[in-house]
Amino acid sequence: MINLHGYGPRLMEGALVTIELAVLSLILAIVLGLATASAKMSRSWALHRFATLYTTVIRGVPDLVLMMLLFFGGQIGINQVTDWLYYQFDIDIFINVNEFVAGVGTIGLIFGAYMGETFRGAFLAVDSGQIEAGRAYGMSHSLVFRRIRFPQMMRHALPGLSNNWMVLLKTTALVSVIGLSDMVKIASEASKATREPFTFMFIVAVIYLLIASVSEWGFARLQKRYDVGFEEVD
Amino acid sequence: MESLTTWLKNLLADNSIFTLQTLSFYGEGLANTVQLVFLSLIIGLLLAIPLAIARGSKRAWIRLPIFFYCYVFRGTPLLVQLYLIYYGVVFVEGIQDTWLWVILEEPFVPALIAFTLNTGAYTTEIFRGAIKSTPRGEIEAARAYGMSWSLMLRRIVLPSAFRRALPAYGNEVIFMLHASAIASVVTIMDLTGAARFVYARFYAPFDAFLFVAAIYLCLTFGIIYLFRHLEKRLLAHLKPASG
Amino acid sequence: MADTPIPLEVRNITKRFGDTEVLKGLSLQASKGDVITLIGASGSGKSTFLRCMNLLEQPDQGDLIVHGETIRFKETKKGREPEDWKQVVNMRAKLSMVFQSFNLWAHMTLLENVIEAPVHVLGKSKQEATRHAHELLQRVGLDDRAYYYPAQMSGGQQQRGAIARALAMDPEVMLFDEPTSALDPELVGDVLKVMRDLAEEGRTMIVVTHEMAFARDVSTQVIYLHQGQVEEAGPPDQVLGNPSSERLKQFLAPKH
Repeated sequence: MINLHGYGPRLMEGALVTIELAVLSLILAIVLGLATASAKMSRSWALHRFATLYTTVIRGVPDLVLMMLLFFGGQIGINQVTDWLYYQFDIDIFINVNEFVAGVGTIGLIFGAYMGETFRGAFLAVDSGQIEAGRAYGMSHSLVFRRIRFPQMMRHALPGLSNNWMVLLKTTALVSVIGLSDMVKIASEASKATREPFTFMFIVAVIYLLIASVSEWGFARLQKRYDVGFEEVD
Repeated sequence: MESLTTWLKNLLADNSIFTLQTLSFYGEGLANTVQLVFLSLIIGLLLAIPLAIARGSKRAWIRLPIFFYCYVFRGTPLLVQLYLIYYGVVFVEGIQDTWLWVILEEPFVPALIAFTLNTGAYTTEIFRGAIKSTPRGEIEAARAYGMSWSLMLRRIVLPSAFRRALPAYGNEVIFMLHASAIASVVTIMDLTGAARFVYARFYAPFDAFLFVAAIYLCLTFGIIYLFRHLEKRLLAHLKPASG
Repeated sequence: MADTPIPLEVRNITKRFGDTEVLKGLSLQASKGDVITLIGASGSGKSTFLRCMNLLEQPDQGDLIVHGETIRFKETKKGREPEDWKQVVNMRAKLSMVFQSFNLWAHMTLLENVIEAPVHVLGKSKQEATRHAHELLQRVGLDDRAYYYPAQMSGGQQQRGAIARALAMDPEVMLFDEPTSALDPELVGDVLKVMRDLAEEGRTMIVVTHEMAFARDVSTQVIYLHQGQVEEAGPPDQVLGNPSSERLKQFLAPKH
């Protein structure tokens, strides 16, 4: 690797942090998104309202504000809980909110709301006859979900999923503001120290574009897999 | 009524955070956020219209640079673009000695440039899509009735494309409002900057950030409402008549 | 004859898409008051031929003479192109086309559709164009729909509106590209009636159609195309009543 005044290897470490952060946030977002979509389609009024509130608030507030609220506020909230535990039960524990966990938590929470919309649309796009057919053959609820609903839903969800992933990837840059050493943070430190912002920011930009291009290719492959049986006939 | 005023009095008496002074910080932040977002959206829009038209050019030397611009600015984080321009401007050799420094010294200008270029790229793509999806038949009719290219663009293609682009552009406006929160990173006292200041001063993250979140939420709803209203008026022609 | 020039003359037009030659040297002459119908199976080239007349398709060879003026072409690397687009624009303003799928501009009301080209292409005053538009809309029975958007009207209404839009240009020749093919059967009649009236009034029309009754009753000349060539042409009594070509006989035979 190129040395870049000693910042080359650190930049690579930062890139790794970015990728880890993005992938873990994506997994959390998918789980939350599936839960939100189910809640929105459930018959329970309370669940429905709660999911709607969640998606509305998250989509109405800037990512950075939410991130700061969770990171700075989260620490204080946890401190209060641990203080209470100490005074009440004499349990002495100390939990430090680490930037990485806060980052994954916030980004996952934010994109869970967007994923919820994507998944809901995709679930609704699956022909209800398909599910009825599954039931008619004696499949259980969960079996229908795993074997019929989910695979068919994925075909409709993939475009939105890929879109959300691209936005999520860029959102990870915000964690540098709360102090996590991702590649943007390191590049910004290096820019200030060496007074060569163009070099470092350019490299970071290229890495982002590279990750985006590779994932675009990956999503196209996935789409092909889930499109089996739905290809247009010439 | 009386109970309301006493309630309000008690509420404000009990808190040491939301004093007139901190509220004025938020006010200043609101003004800066609105200014920054509004200006970058307007300039970005003016940039995007000709670029979206030129993006469809048959000539590669016109088309490819615009494609590249959109690809880069849509593919990288706005924060990176902001740093690049902010530090880039600050660290250019000798710039401090020129007249340019007068306008570039304030972080507002580099932030405005970054935001404008960013929204310009997204808006170009939105309009490009809308122009491309103009029904072929309507273009043929325009040609068959003797319209020149520029007349057709002005009277048929752009008016119908603008309408079709409206929902996507509404999202872009909200996106820019939210993205503008990073202006605080380069020391601009925008809404988020005000919240960070209040947080640092009182060490009260919930009060500081929840309050600002509520303001952003209101602004977002305002934008949504505005665009719904616009869509209702301008997209009426796409709805079949009832009955 | 030195008086009025012939509205439209087409000589020896050829056109190929890739390897397929779709028009193999077609000619046509529309004198004032002629109603020429082009018939033929799908793929016979009749629509392409019509679209070559106002250069929505570029013919590879052949001449186009509108109102005595020959359209000039130049050779480029990519094939033949009009030398002067201004001339084409002028020419198109003289030939107005009615499309199979109406192609009304969706973001304008019917009235705005009708006055658009007269105001912005012919340079008429808005007031004058609007007055004329109301007359035309009345003629096609749509004056009460003047402020509706296309999406709010039935297909038949849209097509009659499109005819009013074509008439507003005061065209030398009206080109109809299968004007009733996209309509539900019960809506075809109204449109055909408007077209019959236009023919009776002495409009010069070239019509691509599948409506044999219209071709028989209204046209002055019927041209039957097969694979880009004229298989048979002449007055309707002769071509439709007593066809000589085997193919045309089959084409006209009632389908079971």
